[in-house]
Amino acid sequence: MADYIAKTPCDGLLPQTIGSLTLTETAVDRMTSFMPWKGREKTASKALKAACGVAFPGPNETSASGDVQAIWTGRGQCFILGVELPDGLSAEGALTDQSDAWAVMSLRGDAAVDVLARLCPVDLRDAAFKPGDTVRTEMQHMMVSVTRMDDGFQIMVMRSFAKTAVHDLTETMKAIAARA
Amino acid sequence: MRINGKGLIDRSTPISFSFDGKKVQGFQGDTVASAALAEGRKIFGRSFKYHRPRGVMTTGSEEPNALVTLHSGAAQDPNMRATTQEIFEGLQVRGQNAWPSVDRDLMGVNDLLAPFFGAGFYYKTFMWPGALWEKLWEPMIRRAAGLGALSGEHDTSRNEKAYAFCDLLVIGAGPAGLMAALTAARAGADVILADEDARLGGRLLLEDEEIEGKPGHVWAADVTAELMGMDNVRVMTRTTVTGAFDQGTYGALERVAQHVAAPSNDTPRECFWRIVAKRAILAAGALERSVAFANNDRPGIMMAGAVRGYLNRWGVAAGQKVAVFGNNDNAWRTARDLKSAGVDVVAMIDSRKDATGEGDFPIITGGMVSDTRGRSGLREITVQSASGDQKFEVDCLGVSGGWNPSVHMMCHMNGRPAWDEATQSFLPVDNMVPGLKAVGSAAGKFSTQAVLEDAHAEAISALLDLGLTSADTVIPTAEDGAHNIEGLWEVPHISKGYKRAWLDFQNDVSTKDVRQAAKENFASVEHMKRYTTQGMAPDQGKNSNVNALAILADATGRDIPTTGTTTFRPPYVPVSLAALGAGARGKGFAPERFVTSHQATVDRNAPMIEAGLWYRPSYYPRPGEKTWRDSCDREVNMVRNAVGVTDVSTLGKIDIQGPDAGKFLDFVYINMFSTLKVGRVRYGLMLREDGHVMDDGTTARMGENHYVMTTTTAAAGQVMKHLEFVHQVHCTDMDVRMISTTEQWAQFAVAGPKSRELLNSILDEKIDNESWPFMACGEVSLSGVNGRLFRISFSGEHAYEIAVPSRYGDALFRDLVSRAETLGGGVYGMEALNVLRIEKGFITHAEIHGRVTAFDIGMGRMVSAKKDCIGKTASQRPGLNLDEREQLVGLKPLDGAQQLSSGAHLFTKGDALTADNSQGYVTSVGYSTSLECFLGMGFLVNGRARIGEQIQFIDRLRDIITTVEVVEPVVFDPEGGRARG
Repeated sequence: MADYIAKTPCDGLLPQTIGSLTLTETAVDRMTSFMPWKGREKTASKALKAACGVAFPGPNETSASGDVQAIWTGRGQCFILGVELPDGLSAEGALTDQSDAWAVMSLRGDAAVDVLARLCPVDLRDAAFKPGDTVRTEMQHMMVSVTRMDDGFQIMVMRSFAKTAVHDLTETMKAIAARA
Repeated sequence: MRINGKGLIDRSTPISFSFDGKKVQGFQGDTVASAALAEGRKIFGRSFKYHRPRGVMTTGSEEPNALVTLHSGAAQDPNMRATTQEIFEGLQVRGQNAWPSVDRDLMGVNDLLAPFFGAGFYYKTFMWPGALWEKLWEPMIRRAAGLGALSGEHDTSRNEKAYAFCDLLVIGAGPAGLMAALTAARAGADVILADEDARLGGRLLLEDEEIEGKPGHVWAADVTAELMGMDNVRVMTRTTVTGAFDQGTYGALERVAQHVAAPSNDTPRECFWRIVAKRAILAAGALERSVAFANNDRPGIMMAGAVRGYLNRWGVAAGQKVAVFGNNDNAWRTARDLKSAGVDVVAMIDSRKDATGEGDFPIITGGMVSDTRGRSGLREITVQSASGDQKFEVDCLGVSGGWNPSVHMMCHMNGRPAWDEATQSFLPVDNMVPGLKAVGSAAGKFSTQAVLEDAHAEAISALLDLGLTSADTVIPTAEDGAHNIEGLWEVPHISKGYKRAWLDFQNDVSTKDVRQAAKENFASVEHMKRYTTQGMAPDQGKNSNVNALAILADATGRDIPTTGTTTFRPPYVPVSLAALGAGARGKGFAPERFVTSHQATVDRNAPMIEAGLWYRPSYYPRPGEKTWRDSCDREVNMVRNAVGVTDVSTLGKIDIQGPDAGKFLDFVYINMFSTLKVGRVRYGLMLREDGHVMDDGTTARMGENHYVMTTTTAAAGQVMKHLEFVHQVHCTDMDVRMISTTEQWAQFAVAGPKSRELLNSILDEKIDNESWPFMACGEVSLSGVNGRLFRISFSGEHAYEIAVPSRYGDALFRDLVSRAETLGGGVYGMEALNVLRIEKGFITHAEIHGRVTAFDIGMGRMVSAKKDCIGKTASQRPGLNLDEREQLVGLKPLDGAQQLSSGAHLFTKGDALTADNSQGYVTSVGYSTSLECFLGMGFLVNGRARIGEQIQFIDRLRDIITTVEVVEPVVFDPEGGRARG
């Protein structure tokens, strides 16, 4: 019987440090999309909170509790990271395993915002995009989910784009470092 | 010549560079123009058409003459303005549009032919004979005319694009821009202040005047320091705002590395910004305009404001014997500044009879410069006045015909400025660009005091719009002179002989050309522009538009407001395509999507094909195989006789859940899915709303309320979008949820008679034909990893697709392939996959290319009569169900060895091979190892009724003309027994 080796999406690509900027992969063991059934938005949020401590986040918001993070990802849809959700939650909404579908990266450093300002056409100013805020946008030609953390940005791209995403991010990091 | 004690340059930091190979010594703070002027250079360039020697005219980005080429090789950068290019050690500058050099240009012979090169010359001369245009005339003109050239080498420089957001964008950092930015910044607004220059201050750096009792440039430096220290302000130097676009978006070009001696390879050359601003203030100032008089283009003839600008900012006297000629009070400042710096002012010539200026220099009122001499540098001017003609020996002449407010940006959304008689200029009107307001000189305020007051007032008004209240910002006291001007466009032409008065210096357009255009009834300003090419050079007419239309107004007997302006369009300054397309070169052009088996496939030397953004293996070569066909044939045989493995993860997978999931699928597919049993898969076809086929694929019912849809690789995104659309627009009541899981699962096809044997070697619970019959699906476990197994076949063989979470994709792929090899099978690529499906008549997007219906591909009867679906009604239009339509057929060559090709056309035997006789076309071909001949799929008029007919097969591109037999699309194992076995 074989023991299949698991690989992360950014295997062999990260971490990278360029100047004072770092790009690392965040290992995500469990990630599940949750879409409440019709008319059950409120009860779904309560059930989610009861199940793992986080409420269903509003548009462009996240909610967190300990290591569990819920990221709004679209109309009536959020991703819950860091916890195995109980099957019972499917009474409140559609659960779909996304644990292997996304490359999750963290970009840190004082100039992290300048890197993303060259890749994503969204307002990332402190006042407009505070820690805990999230946005679905594009990064170069890829659709991404960007979330502001206390000390940087969490960037999620679909797994197959990992190499291009790391390339685009690191090339921009080099350009930012060269300007400093 | 440098004047001691003048200028804002750092004389303790000398910098040397080369101009046409000659060393030039300048200082920190110099531009190419200021440093070269200081050393006495007169000629900076040659004109476009006539190769006339031309010198510096201005101090800014509007410069029409002093265009130079920087660097060499791949980094060669043509048409850079010497007036804005900062110098650095080792910079190489070359003159352009001249041979061998701008000082001695043999192409200057063109000027002697000038009488033949008038307005519309090309159109008149090169019309006949027409055939010669492309072969002779156009290449000839291209060689003779032009400005700088590209190297032709691949550009290796790095460029960048970026996005920024702010409350208030202030465009230009002269007195108006600084005042507006300061007022808004102190009130707490998020401000971006952008200026073309490396140093903020605008005209304050070029003038000798005071603000709040201190020199203007000191006030500018103080304000700059305050702004730089504020968190809510982003100061962008060397940044030209190039255009105003919808929704408060502005384009801006930042020159990042063009002033740096040895930038690192990672430093971007330029950055193109897209700035989104809630409000914007245009403080772009005004540009001085010339006056048309005979030979007004000699090197040494400059704008009056530029002459004193070079003196005040760079400590450079542009000549040793200088005359000034103007029609307004402002021009007198040049004479006064020069005089007080000790430069010989030969004459102050004012066209106004009642001019009242004073100064310690000869003054001629009511006088005009009517001609000049000095081909390679101004030597003499002729002044006509009431007292007759006088000649003066001068080496520099400052000219001022007044100032044109920079209304360019205000006109980017088709607004037209209004003529103002008092200032003799076009001024912006309200609401030309939503949210953008012109202030200061850009709005026709010409004293510094008026500029500061206007900027302050408009900043407060912008703050009100932003919901902010202004802090107390006191308007400083400044120069407040009147702006007296009397219109003067052209000095009446009194000289004898052939003499030209230039309007557009860059494109060599003279007053004569404009008058000629008017005479030939190109009387509209837009027609005149195109006929004469006035305003069509890189300066986009900044220096000549108003003058030219004034001449046109005169020539056509109209006034200036009636004549109107041409249309200003972005960009305000030339923008390199490299900056606009930054990040899109090479791999930046499109992202690459890789499957989890990519590395294993690369390790096996498989050439890749691109399927959309995905990379998929074409075939897997083995030692001894000479061509792709060798590998492909082997892989096909392997699948037919043993077992093959290939990665099919690129196919779209959509998780569809909810009580109404079945109902929803019934509505998007033409066939029924609500009746599908749990644990079974069904093939489905979906239509667009216009009744044509959108996509096909299989959908598996994993649970009562849970389906997994697969789409083609090509249409995965389109189908996801379509489902969302249908749900959100047509089926809002349905309780159904869907999300892509394409990337969650690594999925592999395992196909061939030994496929079950292979799978049973890795599945934790073995399967057989009872537990997993054809079209069964369900969850499985492999060494404890939870997977999904679907018994589906795209090859016609006994086949499965097995899916595991992507993290295990690489491991499972390697395991499957090595196990397949032990069974006499192995891995196969897209070429073999294609042959296998052609033998079976299975369609891909080569067939469902967007113009075919279910009827055309022989699936008309699949459209369920029991329910409605997207596209059903439209698909029932009679025209979409006619025998005369091209229908899917199989094609087999009569001569077994004959190669077929896709893209070929089909003709009825005996018909002439003309386009209108085409009976159809070929969509897919492949060599069938099973039948030992090529097979094709294609569409043929009334094809299903023509099975057995012999038709002509014509591929003009590949020179294939042969006869094929029309066959059923399914050629191999038509009963389908192999897949069920």
